Amino acid sequence: MSDMITNILLVGVGGQGILLASEVLAETFMLAGFDVKKSEIHGMSQRGGSVVSHVRFGRKVFSPTVPEGEGDLLFGFELLEAYRALPLLRSGAKVVVNDYRIPPPSVLLGQATYPDDLVERIRAGFADSLLVDGLHLAQQAGDARAANTVLLGAVSTRLPIDETVWQEALARMVPKKALEINRKAFALGRAL
Amino acid sequence: MSTAVLSGNEAIARGAYEAGVRVASAYPGTPSTEILENMVRYPEIDSSWAPNEKVALEVAIGASFGGGRAIACMKHVGVNVAADPLFTLSYTGVRGGLVLVAADDPEMHSSQNEQDSRNYAKFAKLPMLEPADSRECKEFTRLAFELSEQFDTPVMLRSCTRISHGKSLVELSERVSDLPEPKLVKDPPKLVMLPGNARVRHPLVEERTLKLSEYGNSFAVNRAEMRSAKIGVICAGVVYQYVREVLPDASVLKLGMVYPLPKTLIREFAAKVDQLFVIEELDPFIEEQVRAMGLTVTGKEIVPLCGELSPGRIRTAFAKVGLAIAPESPAFTSGQLPPRPPNMCPGCSHRGLFYTLNRLNAYVTGDIGCYTLGFMPPLNAMDTCICMGASVSNASGIVRVLPPEEQRRVVGVIGDSTFLHTGLNSLMEMAYNRAPATVVILDNRTTAMTGRQENPASGFTLSGEAAAEIDLVALCRALGVRHVRVIDPNDLDATRKALEEEMARPEPSVIITNRPCCLLKGEHRFKPGEAMEVDQEKCTGCRACLRLGCPAIEWQPAPDGKRGKAYIDPLLCNGCTVCQQLCKFNAIQ
Ligand SMILES: Cc1ncc(C[n+]2csc(CCOP(=O)(O)OP(=O)(O)O)c2C)c(N)n1
Repeated sequence: MSDMITNILLVGVGGQGILLASEVLAETFMLAGFDVKKSEIHGMSQRGGSVVSHVRFGRKVFSPTVPEGEGDLLFGFELLEAYRALPLLRSGAKVVVNDYRIPPPSVLLGQATYPDDLVERIRAGFADSLLVDGLHLAQQAGDARAANTVLLGAVSTRLPIDETVWQEALARMVPKKALEINRKAFALGRAL
Repeated sequence: MSTAVLSGNEAIARGAYEAGVRVASAYPGTPSTEILENMVRYPEIDSSWAPNEKVALEVAIGASFGGGRAIACMKHVGVNVAADPLFTLSYTGVRGGLVLVAADDPEMHSSQNEQDSRNYAKFAKLPMLEPADSRECKEFTRLAFELSEQFDTPVMLRSCTRISHGKSLVELSERVSDLPEPKLVKDPPKLVMLPGNARVRHPLVEERTLKLSEYGNSFAVNRAEMRSAKIGVICAGVVYQYVREVLPDASVLKLGMVYPLPKTLIREFAAKVDQLFVIEELDPFIEEQVRAMGLTVTGKEIVPLCGELSPGRIRTAFAKVGLAIAPESPAFTSGQLPPRPPNMCPGCSHRGLFYTLNRLNAYVTGDIGCYTLGFMPPLNAMDTCICMGASVSNASGIVRVLPPEEQRRVVGVIGDSTFLHTGLNSLMEMAYNRAPATVVILDNRTTAMTGRQENPASGFTLSGEAAAEIDLVALCRALGVRHVRVIDPNDLDATRKALEEEMARPEPSVIITNRPCCLLKGEHRFKPGEAMEVDQEKCTGCRACLRLGCPAIEWQPAPDGKRGKAYIDPLLCNGCTVCQQLCKFNAIQ
């Protein structure tokens, strides 16, 4: 195993289920035999604010947060938040982003506009960007709430971990009665 | 032995379990809350919420005096509330081991200040351990109990946001089983702190600190990692991880016990390196003590005093003295973007009240909870916020300097959990001294801000058992408030009427709101209504509903220069009807 550390940032809006997705990532890397650390903020920011969760894995990980400008993979749950987090990435990083917009307060009030060219701007900065219609695919899998798992499936193809390990982590982290739908959602994301 | 990915808070709970802890008491507070939420999963531990941190610590002290191991957990500012018993506990020492966990919040992710709890260890003269990851959280919690009993002292365990809410690998062990059974033992000279006894205890405390400092020289949690002799860094906690990340070749003295300091170990380490640094978050706590030892050291000249550290900030610090390469500017800049601050949820039971306070031009002395978000635009209805409980006493104080027409505008707002935390004493004062202010208790049946914990007014305990439910109306009356009324905060007319009448009254009065938090699930809790819809025909684009700042209501500009209209997201709206009541054109149904 090399000394390389992989730095993943999960970003979105409080309440979108980012913490759960980062738990599945951490569990997967542990099962794959890596050292893993993660860090995020609970409390105040969860009330609809911007959320950033850091997950790192490798042979030995020190800092629980991703050093500024060293993100290797951005896992975005919302377009504006994904775009906001791009400066945390190294050049050439990979981006997987949910095609989903949640207007922030100033936009709701009509005092600001939600930029409409974010997808193009993300693509212009990061060639390896994948836009995922998480909601739609999740509905296809049987439950709109499985959008995170669709995204996870898409993210999984960008990480050097066997599919069996992902499946094992899903089985451990997802409640039994929701597992079938989540497996479908994961497969739809993985097929992208 | 099995391995798990645990957060620092989960690991502290696990450490307490393995250490044979009998009693755990806490008041919630980010980033410490999940310690007790995880502790309650171990049936061997009596885990419970206390109404405030002082009470939590005193419960733990009682358990310790009974001979059982006990732990009290709180956020950094909670230690201020618990400081009174803490300082004297330092004199009495313990019977069963006692650990106080203080979780700091550098950068104030969810706090009103970023005080550095390490100062409490020095101030109260007791040892403090500081773990650097989840494995150490578990390990140090266990060690803290041993240290507590070995040196007859309470021990503080300091965490911080990045440790408590960070996750890393932990190996699990079994619970110890050979601890003595708790039983009553009378020992008044040690446990009754009257001056005569306390005078005997104080010198023992000073002696204990010297012994602990000596012990620290060989205590395994303090360790010198010798690599290149060029740079030697003294550090602790999560900062150790950043230093290892940024300066992999530097020698490091990693302190697991940050007070009292192991002076011999520090001198030996200093002698072996060319240049000595102390890298620490917030105060120059270690640095000042190292300087006082007569050593030459670099610290706060290069590291910021405010906010949290990070690998990047440490790289920048060492770049200043030519020992690291400054971080490159980001590969991508995203420019100005609309910010996304936290906001009250759609259907939040606090929204209608703050809207009305705004309309009435009230001067609102605020408090801490979800309702502090009433400060945000467009509600803009909070004028002060200091600490838990302060809303009521601030209102009581401010009216004393104001002319009557201004007194009327003063309204203190406080949540149910915060009221029971320390607002109670404040209301007692206000009623006792007949301060003519109005207080609103926002009773949403839960401690929402920190993730919906039960409290003495919610009717349930931490473990989910039914509990005596405080009658807030009777309580306010018993405190001496004559005018107490209950309102539905989602009924805007009733809310306005109640506020107008009570604000006009030149006497203390209390209004209690009665809507549960919209995130509360279960039978007798929150019941969502049907999603509202904007009739695009009737909507005139007057923007009245937008003044609520509800995340479900969005302004939709019209493309052709005409007036825009409001739109309600049916997935977010839970039918609180507050916007409907505001619409003069019956456009919201
Ligand atoms: C001394 C202290 N302890 C704990 C906290 C953390 N804290 C902030 S708000 C809050 C509870 C708020 O609950 P409540 O008053 O019921 O209001 P709600 O959030 O439900 O609106 C807590 C525990 C704090 N800020 N200060």
